Amino acid sequence: MNDFVYTETDPAELAEYRDEVETWMSENMPRRDPVNPWHPTHDDDEKSSRNRELQRRLSDGGYAAVCYPREYGGQSLTIAHQRIIDDVSMDFDMPILFSVPTLSICGPVILEFGTEEQKQRYIPAWIRGDELWVQFMSEPSGGSDMAGALTRADRDGDTFVINGSKIWSTFAQRSDYALMLARTNWDVPKHRGLTMFIVPIHHPGIDIHPIQMADRTEEFCQEYFNDVMIPAENVVGEVDDGWTVASRLLFHERAAVGNASPYTQGRHRNRSADGLGDLAAIARDHGGADVGRQRQRLGQMETLSRVEDLLSARVVKGIESGHFPAPAGSLVRLYHGISRAERLTVAFELQRDRALVWNQGESSGSFGVEYVQRQQACIGGGTTEMARNIISERLLGMPREPAADRDLPFNQVPRSG
Amino acid sequence: MAPVRVDLSDDQEFFRETARRFVEAEIPVSVVREWHEHPDGCPQGWWQSAAELGWTSLLVPESLGGGSISGCPIVDLTIVADEMGRGLVPGPFMPTNVVADTLGRSGTPQQQALLEGVMAGEVVLAWAFCEPGGDWTAGHVVAEASSSNGGYVLTGTKTAVEAGAQAHHLLVSAQAPDGLAQFLVPSDAPGMTITPQESLDLGRRFAEVRLDGVAVGPEALVGSPGAAAEADVERQILAMLVLQCADNAGAAARVLEFTVEYAFDRYSFGRPLASYQALKHRFANMKLWSEASQAAVDGAADALAAGQDEVRMASVAKSYVGDHSVELMQDCVQIHGGIGVTYEHDLHLYLRRATVNRGLFGTPGDHRVMLSKINGY
Repeated sequence: MNDFVYTETDPAELAEYRDEVETWMSENMPRRDPVNPWHPTHDDDEKSSRNRELQRRLSDGGYAAVCYPREYGGQSLTIAHQRIIDDVSMDFDMPILFSVPTLSICGPVILEFGTEEQKQRYIPAWIRGDELWVQFMSEPSGGSDMAGALTRADRDGDTFVINGSKIWSTFAQRSDYALMLARTNWDVPKHRGLTMFIVPIHHPGIDIHPIQMADRTEEFCQEYFNDVMIPAENVVGEVDDGWTVASRLLFHERAAVGNASPYTQGRHRNRSADGLGDLAAIARDHGGADVGRQRQRLGQMETLSRVEDLLSARVVKGIESGHFPAPAGSLVRLYHGISRAERLTVAFELQRDRALVWNQGESSGSFGVEYVQRQQACIGGGTTEMARNIISERLLGMPREPAADRDLPFNQVPRSG
Repeated sequence: MAPVRVDLSDDQEFFRETARRFVEAEIPVSVVREWHEHPDGCPQGWWQSAAELGWTSLLVPESLGGGSISGCPIVDLTIVADEMGRGLVPGPFMPTNVVADTLGRSGTPQQQALLEGVMAGEVVLAWAFCEPGGDWTAGHVVAEASSSNGGYVLTGTKTAVEAGAQAHHLLVSAQAPDGLAQFLVPSDAPGMTITPQESLDLGRRFAEVRLDGVAVGPEALVGSPGAAAEADVERQILAMLVLQCADNAGAAARVLEFTVEYAFDRYSFGRPLASYQALKHRFANMKLWSEASQAAVDGAADALAAGQDEVRMASVAKSYVGDHSVELMQDCVQIHGGIGVTYEHDLHLYLRRATVNRGLFGTPGDHRVMLSKINGY
């Protein structure tokens, strides 16, 4: 269960499929906003309803999440088919909200660990655009140490009572369900006392608070749980075996972020597409007299972004062919973080004073704001430090970091505050 | 999980494996070091056995007895370059192949007749291009080819001509009355003085070539002056860039490999270096640079093979690989500590070679400027 199965596909059949997808998309999907392709200016409600509607359209056409089995509303097609849809869809507005985490992270976890009832109940609802999912994994007490979760789920007959808090869930206020990791046993070491649950988000006892980021956007949320009653049938996998499920969830997250998942749908803007616009024009307008220096910067931008695409393609191909083990997705994650932070810095420097102080209505200020937010690229979706741990330990085989809490019952593990 | 292409066919994989076994058996680093004292960098007989493996015939058209493995000759050639970088392999590999490519495309039948000897490893070719203070662009060439008696007289100075003193024929780039032109000149042509130069790279050989009124007939011209010659020169530059980047990517991968091994074997404070997170994270960065370098090389080779966006992708490769391969090696020196800066350790041999590749045909910075210009600034 460590790798996806990649089936050989007939090139002629794929070419035919591409024609089919191109025709269907141009007749059925709206074109992407050419001025602002990656930040369509909808407010959150509009964004949510638009994504649901677009997902429904894809589904009606038979082009939604095509790698899912037919019996759950998919098309039982190969990753090659999905990539064709992704390529073609670059020109169209896509229901990107459904791709990650609903279809590509929560989805395969339910496929692998869900009961038959859970699969029948939830998978078709994602594919049709009816239900959007989020992850309740990180906690305020620690982002990278996911197995150190403090949110508790106490069993009471056929019900679990949840108390605690989760954080960094994307767009939770507009979503429907979450996969949540909570502690069900405090007397065993940390990895052995966790359980994965399906939690309806708009449910008595759950308070959702959007988090305002440094750029004042509110993409993420924190949730508070106060005696939230969840039926035992919502357990995914076995009680106290939630870490097995969570490990696979992390695997699927890496695959999704590393562009190696068959279940992503459309392309997210977090590839090399930096949405920074025509930087050569910016250099001409604002670059100042030091042309040589600005050229170095522009050339560096071009290098970083082209190599990101090439590396990403190499890793995807390499994982498919067995050249790389699945954790190689962390290479793409690490590259993306470093290179996006550097590119945002360069773009910011190109704007010079206009990124610091600007006239009303000018867009140059966004470069300053992006610069302030720069490290987000190295934090969200697993920090670059975790990626470096994975690369050194799983690709280079170096010893794992010593952990003081590995064999200690969790209620004896020292914690902060 | 060595960073070779991830899409090698069985034939390419066999070719790669054969090249690696040949290098490991024939020229382990102990032999590489012996050949540092060899005036020609390697014995002629050895170069002939390398040629027997196809190292000089991939870019030669099939109609002239050559041929590639995959139908993308430059891609196949990067497989050899990668293995040569790994093994610090000397020999006139890059110039011989690149000039052979141009002769195959633009040479006269008489010039193409040389290719049989090239493929047998008996004929070595060099490219006299760069000039003192030059910037590795076609525009920098000031060596002159003036018309005389229906032929030309070549005047000028060329530097860093790889295999210049070993070559039997040199391809000389010069400005003719009707534009940039290239001439194939035998190394014993009167008026041409070839003087071996010192090089940071102890393995490969470079020479200065002085042209003091070298008279050549019209039959020495390769292709036609002007646009056609410019296109040939550009293709030669691109091929050199792709090959030197492949060489550096292979070398960097090898250096990382033995430095990882070292980190497992070397203990300090009672634990292996590989167990320190500060070092693990540096190794993770280096692994990333190594894999991304390989991706950049493959992207540039594919672009050149397809004739699509090849100028941009060669500069992208040089900009990325040039810097990261060398930085990777410097970091590996640091991780080795004192032994890493000794003559005895192989690290400096890699660093010397990679640093030379980094600078020849434009530094990474030069290529970033190129990229900016391609993008309209």
